Amino acid sequence: MATDTESAAPGAGTNFGVPNEKMGMWAFLGSECLFFGAFISVYVLYLGGTGDGPGPAIFDIPFTSVSTFVLLMSSLAMVMALAAIQDGDMRRFRTWTLGTALMGLTFLSGQVYEYTVFVEEGMGLTTSAFSTAFFVLTSFHGVHVSIGVLMLGALWFMSFTGRIDTSQRSQTAVENIGLYWHFVDIIWILIFTVVYLIPVDLLT
Amino acid sequence: MTQSTQTPEHEGEEAHSHPSPGDYVMIAVILAVLTALEVGLYWAGEAGTPPVATVPALVFLTVVKFALVAMWFMHLRFDRRVFSRLFVGGLILALIIYAVVLAMTVL
Repeated sequence: MATDTESAAPGAGTNFGVPNEKMGMWAFLGSECLFFGAFISVYVLYLGGTGDGPGPAIFDIPFTSVSTFVLLMSSLAMVMALAAIQDGDMRRFRTWTLGTALMGLTFLSGQVYEYTVFVEEGMGLTTSAFSTAFFVLTSFHGVHVSIGVLMLGALWFMSFTGRIDTSQRSQTAVENIGLYWHFVDIIWILIFTVVYLIPVDLLT
Repeated sequence: MTQSTQTPEHEGEEAHSHPSPGDYVMIAVILAVLTALEVGLYWAGEAGTPPVATVPALVFLTVVKFALVAMWFMHLRFDRRVFSRLFVGGLILALIIYAVVLAMTVL
């Protein structure tokens, strides 16, 4: 009977005593550290390769600081959504999930605006080694945020159709998507410091 | 084949109650303050403070923010240690990549 499975402790009967989906998510996030570690390293390597194009002086620190703040607060909203579904409060869950997705969209809108300004000022994807490394690093992060927003939107929608409810299975799904979202946030914490805040002359 | 090995002793060692929403809000406030400090350090650097003073502080604040999100929002502080090992393993490998690239840049 399904109720036997759902009433058991999460992860009961698995090799590690934790849900396999959660174990898989953490293994995935560990591999993602390597993925972004490589891109951040390449960015540092090509930091001095601006050629005739603009360099890091083009960055708008106040604007990016606001985007960073929004993404940080989206992590708070995500963890509130998880707490809500664990409390069995679907209304609060929907509100926080939607809030998280909207903050993610706000961050993405800021990134699109930032890219538009850079291109208008002469820094495109192929302008220099520096610009390529910058766009590849930040846009791959942006793709991760986009995937996160899509998953949050799916969670929100499925909470109305009944496919996401207060069951243990649904809570594990929300927790895994939350882990992904927080990971996207901590990667941005690193990117914000390495790319935007640390003085260029020191890195080169 | 190894089956579930979760025992009461094991649970007592690794399972803890999760934080309350109030704790999460407190962590978010700390994160916001640390971010404001980071931006302040950037402007201090622009105003002429030498990098030797600002950069270590920036790195320290970033590490603290990273750890706060991982330990509290991602629940590594309260969850099974196997998750921490998976994540820290990936981080160590990423740091090795960074160290190799840094060596290539310097040499």
